[in-house]
Amino acid sequence: MDWTSWLVGTVSRALAFGVPLLWGTLGEIYAERSGIVNLGVEGMMILGAYAGFAVAQTYGHPGWGLLAAAAVGMVAALWHAFLTVTLRANQYVSGLALTLFGLGLAGLLGRGWEGRPLRAPLGSLAVPVLGDLPVLGPMLFRDQTVLTYLGIVAALVLWIVLFRTRWGIVVRSVGESPATADAVGIHVGLVRYLCVAVGGLLAGVGGGYLSVAYRPSWTEGMTAGMGWIVIALTIFASWNPLRAIWGAFFFGALYHLSFRLQAYVSPELLKMMPYAFAILVLAVSGFGGARRRGGAPGALGLPYVRGER
Amino acid sequence: MAEAAWAAIHLQNITKSFPGVLANDRVSLALRSGEVHALLGENGAGKTTLMNILYGLYRADAGEIWVKGRKVNIRSPRHALSLGIGMVHQHFKLVLPHTVAENVALGLSGTPFWAPTRAVARRLGDLSDRYGLPVDPDRRVWDLSAGEQQRVEILKALIRGAEVLVLDEPTSVLTPHEVGELLKVLGRMKAEGHAIVFISHKLDEVLEAADWVTVMRRGQVVGTVRAEETDKAALARMMVGREVVFRLTKKACTPGEAALVAEDLHVRSDRGSLALKGISLALCRGEILGVAGVAGNGQRELVEVLTGLRRAERGRVQVLGQDLTRASARRLSDSGVAHIPEERIRMGIVPGLSVEENLILKRHHRPPFCRGGILRLAAARRFAGQAIEEYRIQTPSARTPAKLLSGGNIQKLILARELSGSPALVIAAHPTYGLDVGATEQIRELLLRQRDAGAGILLVSEDLEEIMELADRIAVLFRGEIMGVVPAGEASLEEIGLMMAGERRAAAAAGGGR
Repeated sequence: MDWTSWLVGTVSRALAFGVPLLWGTLGEIYAERSGIVNLGVEGMMILGAYAGFAVAQTYGHPGWGLLAAAAVGMVAALWHAFLTVTLRANQYVSGLALTLFGLGLAGLLGRGWEGRPLRAPLGSLAVPVLGDLPVLGPMLFRDQTVLTYLGIVAALVLWIVLFRTRWGIVVRSVGESPATADAVGIHVGLVRYLCVAVGGLLAGVGGGYLSVAYRPSWTEGMTAGMGWIVIALTIFASWNPLRAIWGAFFFGALYHLSFRLQAYVSPELLKMMPYAFAILVLAVSGFGGARRRGGAPGALGLPYVRGER
Repeated sequence: MAEAAWAAIHLQNITKSFPGVLANDRVSLALRSGEVHALLGENGAGKTTLMNILYGLYRADAGEIWVKGRKVNIRSPRHALSLGIGMVHQHFKLVLPHTVAENVALGLSGTPFWAPTRAVARRLGDLSDRYGLPVDPDRRVWDLSAGEQQRVEILKALIRGAEVLVLDEPTSVLTPHEVGELLKVLGRMKAEGHAIVFISHKLDEVLEAADWVTVMRRGQVVGTVRAEETDKAALARMMVGREVVFRLTKKACTPGEAALVAEDLHVRSDRGSLALKGISLALCRGEILGVAGVAGNGQRELVEVLTGLRRAERGRVQVLGQDLTRASARRLSDSGVAHIPEERIRMGIVPGLSVEENLILKRHHRPPFCRGGILRLAAARRFAGQAIEEYRIQTPSARTPAKLLSGGNIQKLILARELSGSPALVIAAHPTYGLDVGATEQIRELLLRQRDAGAGILLVSEDLEEIMELADRIAVLFRGEIMGVVPAGEASLEEIGLMMAGERRAAAAAGGGR
């Protein structure tokens, strides 16, 4: 077997498969940094995938599809924000409901669209000069869509915003200690709404990528549990956008290998691999008080009510 | 900042009620710049409520607030800050994992969008010099001592242009030395023309710090006096509404066999760092060992490891000669260890269960309260009736949910449960924290009575006066180590203060004293 081409193919596919995970994880990191757990990632992604496909198919341009995916993800997230911030509903229940609702609605609306190839998919971007490099060119710079690179840029930008700007201090403080933020006059609810909305937007793009660029077609349930991997990745990345980059691509590689190794290992076992790994990540991060040192926001999952300590 | 006389605030007839309580009843107060105004009263007298209204956290039901001659309606903390009113809460409002600069920059207008902490660090340096409040802007807040955290809170208020600064129980977390430092800072702030409100229930420091003292009781102002024209006894009378005896009668202790021997205890905190670093303690039956120290120096971990709620990394715990290291909470309790926990509502009772159910919680699984897995309610009721009478628990009935009782009565309920069956060892954590004078006296008497009946009592408290009054020997904890153990009769406040600040007492000097 030609090892170079095997490696080139694996890395290139791992990147492509890691993209939706990266976008979703970046979104979840922002929501959780503000103190809101959103287990509705799967739902937001599938809604984004459906909306992206439907709009791109209708208007004949992948850009409109991705915009629609982002908008739909955001609207879905705002519903979660309304329930958990304004009505102070249980965040886990609301998130699960969002996932089930999203899967159901996208399945229902998508019936007529099933099995048709997208007429205007998002194509690969051949980066000039870099794309002509031997090995590295085909590995990194020839078979990727623009969303791969945008995702990495987004991670950098989000990291800078979180750790090097005023706004970042506000977001992190709201997630760590909302009472403190409230005491200096920050509108805790508003910050949380914004972060959850941005989170939904990014998850929507992740879903849209699947139907507009990766496949490109629509299948019911095509997110196939990616939303849950995102939740685990958020912890794996210690709520840090930069660590989300390699976390997402590592899981992308696991996904890809689960196809590639089917010749040698039973496919059922291989399909389990990313999920088993996610469980492993959660178990490992649960040991030794890693929750605190791993950087989980102090007020994660807790509704904020003024006057309670 | 502007000239003097800018800080003139009048609160007029402020009234605020919460369900079932009138927290402020037509309270009036005048604050002037360049003065420290103490707000004195017992817990629950309404001091903090009043200041939370001034700071915009609560809205008054009635009454007016005038700032610099203008009537204002303070809507939020941000609004209060814009009027020049800052507040340092008793429980600091800081983001612990963040740095000092990040905490100060939070929500601070005028900081740049990019790299805000750098600009803030520069401004902090100026303020620190001016008021004598040194802090390192890059340190993480959870690494700071309580005194340093308080400095951060004061700086947060000053950098926002606070002309009036409200300090809610500022000395409760400080060592005596740090209290002195704080008073110096307040002096500088006075000189700069700030008005300061100093909330406290400690008479001595109020007399030392304040120019004016306003005493509150049950939501009302009892009176406002000049600090130099009053004394401790007069203030105490105003505060409690009757004459107060400052000394309990206490018999000399007669130590018996060893109740507790702890050797070389190493215990980790929730954060994973070593909270106790090789502590050894011995406590006899019939004596009270007071554990003094500033909060967060390992007291919680000590109490938890001795009551089976936390595992010892290393070391041994013996109760009545029996090795109970790493024994479960129930095993310890069955072996005669009573626990009066720090957080009485969270850990001391099940709020939704009735008084009688709470009273048998510790022994509900054993006769006479349980036979063959079935609760014997009649036995429980009899026991509850006796306990309510003996410990003077004020409750509508034995079947009232425990959460409806007042703090003092909840604490009496816990004591009634824990002290029944005469335990050999009582671990009491902050037993009178937040209680009024009457309940405090009663709890202290109960503890002394238990000591005289032959129990060894480990009394953990941040209230130095309480420890000096009750304990027979005093151990001082600092950063997880014991700085020294001194007999209570020989200990001076200064000496204990030094140990609380980390000065080790030479072992040879023990017994020398005075």
